[in-house]
Amino acid sequence: MITIDKVSKHYGSFQVLTDCSTKVAKGEVVVVCGPSGSGKSTLIKCVNGLEPFQAGAITVDGISVGDPKTNLSKLRSRVGMVFQHFELFPHMSITDNLSIAQEKVLGRSKDEARAKGLKLLERVGLKAHAEKFPGQLSGGQQQRVAIARALCMDPICMLFDEPTSALDPEMINEVLDVMVELAQEGMTMMCVTHEMGFARKVANRVIFMDKGLIVEDDSKDAFFGAPHSERARQFLAKILQH
Amino acid sequence: MNYDFDWSSIPGALPFLWDGMKISLEITVTAVIFGIVWGTLLAMLRLSPVKPLAWFAAGYVNLFRSIPLVMVLLWFFLIVPQLLRSFFNLDPNTDVRLTSAMIGFALFESAYYSEIIRAGIQSVPKGQVAAASALGMSYSQAMRLVVLPQAFRNMVPLLLTQAIVLFQDTSLVYMSALADFFGAAYKVGDRDGRLVELLLFAGAVYFVLCFTLSQVVRRLQKRMATV
Amino acid sequence: MSYQWNWSIFSSPVPTGETTYLGWMLSGLQTTVTLSLCAWVMALALGSLMGVLRTVPNKWLSGLAAAYVEVFRNIPLLVQLFIWYFVLPELLPFGLGDAFKQQLNPLTQQFLSAMVCLGFFTSARVCEQVRAGINSLPRGQKNAGLALGFTLPQTYRHVLLPMAFRLVVPPLTSEFLNIFKNSAVCSTIGLLELAAQGRQLVDYTAQPYESFIAVTLLYVLINVVVMSLMRVVETKTRVPGYMGSK
Repeated sequence: MITIDKVSKHYGSFQVLTDCSTKVAKGEVVVVCGPSGSGKSTLIKCVNGLEPFQAGAITVDGISVGDPKTNLSKLRSRVGMVFQHFELFPHMSITDNLSIAQEKVLGRSKDEARAKGLKLLERVGLKAHAEKFPGQLSGGQQQRVAIARALCMDPICMLFDEPTSALDPEMINEVLDVMVELAQEGMTMMCVTHEMGFARKVANRVIFMDKGLIVEDDSKDAFFGAPHSERARQFLAKILQH
Repeated sequence: MNYDFDWSSIPGALPFLWDGMKISLEITVTAVIFGIVWGTLLAMLRLSPVKPLAWFAAGYVNLFRSIPLVMVLLWFFLIVPQLLRSFFNLDPNTDVRLTSAMIGFALFESAYYSEIIRAGIQSVPKGQVAAASALGMSYSQAMRLVVLPQAFRNMVPLLLTQAIVLFQDTSLVYMSALADFFGAAYKVGDRDGRLVELLLFAGAVYFVLCFTLSQVVRRLQKRMATV
Repeated sequence: MSYQWNWSIFSSPVPTGETTYLGWMLSGLQTTVTLSLCAWVMALALGSLMGVLRTVPNKWLSGLAAAYVEVFRNIPLLVQLFIWYFVLPELLPFGLGDAFKQQLNPLTQQFLSAMVCLGFFTSARVCEQVRAGINSLPRGQKNAGLALGFTLPQTYRHVLLPMAFRLVVPPLTSEFLNIFKNSAVCSTIGLLELAAQGRQLVDYTAQPYESFIAVTLLYVLINVVVMSLMRVVETKTRVPGYMGSK
């Protein structure tokens, strides 16, 4: 589904990503973790072309992201993305947040888009809030709406960029529950997150990044059982102390 | 385009234009200094706990900010000269246009300066006044020694930007037939039938001066942001 | 000093007899309002376009918009007005300038020059406000729009601009007020707007105080009306749950 092949990126002389390669197969859940500044957010933004990269290649469903001839908007409409700060559109009601892209990008009718939006809103347990505005919801609720908004587009895969790190601790689980459910239904997912509980529960593979390099790329059990790099061992030990 | 440019009347007129520029600068500098002083007073009055004083300052600022500068200058060109003459028993032929222009600009600009300064004073945390009082300072001491120095530091770029605006606005004294830089350029252009060239020249001079100054202000702002 | 106050001057007929001095004053008010509104529409359209260009990821376009702003901000309004009115008609190609000077009546010439001048002058300020509005939005908003499959223009249209415009209503209010005040500068090319009518009244009636007080009050009135209008706009466009609103 997603192929990342020897991707490198730098801002001026600062190297953000170095020779990153990995694959996410259809139906697979891959968790990307690592200390802050390790390049994991940048990597996931490269996957749908939100960040340009200078070397290497990324393909999603066989389509090259870096190719200037690719219609990026069309590709992005098929890849769902969830952001750290939710990024709901504050001037629109929840319903409009869910339907705007369906109408303007996919060309669905207003009724169709609203119906689909409500169905997914119900799924994340927020149907009662359909007519509210984002600013009137809690962080956890906003993030669930953001997931529903991405799902409205019938994505072939989902990208999560630290979806719980801006949330108060008591709201993290409501968001993780939705993500776990999604994973169990067979959605292809690439998640940048520090939630190791989530990784243990649903991940097929775990990628560990440090200083722009993919240091570990292993099955879940191998990673949690015996990470072979010292840096990953330190990282896991630190995470456990929290 | 079939206009034949002829820039030859500019070199000879340079001394006259320079005299005009001196008038423009003179008005700007006077109005900036007086505007800041009077504006600071107005801002302090407006923030003062004595209600009538605060009302007076608010009324003054709002009135001047809601009428056009042109209108203020018309008042000062038509009415203030008479007042000045009768008040100081001046000879009716004394030229008081420059003086009234300066007073007009100063009174007008002080309303704008007062708003900048008020925002600056309010940007200083309330705890600073409390700390100063705790040290035994009076209100005016706290203002003078603690609040204003901090406020002015933050305001310098805004005050300078306002000075650039004021410098541009001084071109309006053209209405009183006073030969400031723009008035001088217009006169030369009119005399030689070369208005096109003189107006373009005046525009270019203003642009170079104001653009350069605004770049200096921008650099200053950046440097202050990093300190 | 003895000054003979005479407020009834406004109801006396003007020398040509077709209206009263009050009529002059009102026609001046009408010109000021029409001129300012036309120029404001132009400034909003041009300023928004330039404001968007200043934020696009293209060096040439954003540089062009930046230069535009600098030109209109660093030349005095009066000089700009004279250039539009006296210089431009001389330089227009294909006889357009001659057409402007010979076929349009002088009043239309003055009005057009004044409108274009105020429009461009104010658009540079609107541009800066729109740019500031767009830049004050979280960076993720643009990414969120793009990630949903919007093209860059769609992202501006549906995501960035609606929010940016709401944020800049207060600063745009003060630009809107400024355009009415700045329109008084246009009396210098002979346009008979409010300030010019006030001046004319002084010449004809020798009652400067009444005339100037009336004009000053009318400007204050415009100010009050515009401010209350914009307050309504601000309330109407307020986003629930966002910044100080409920």
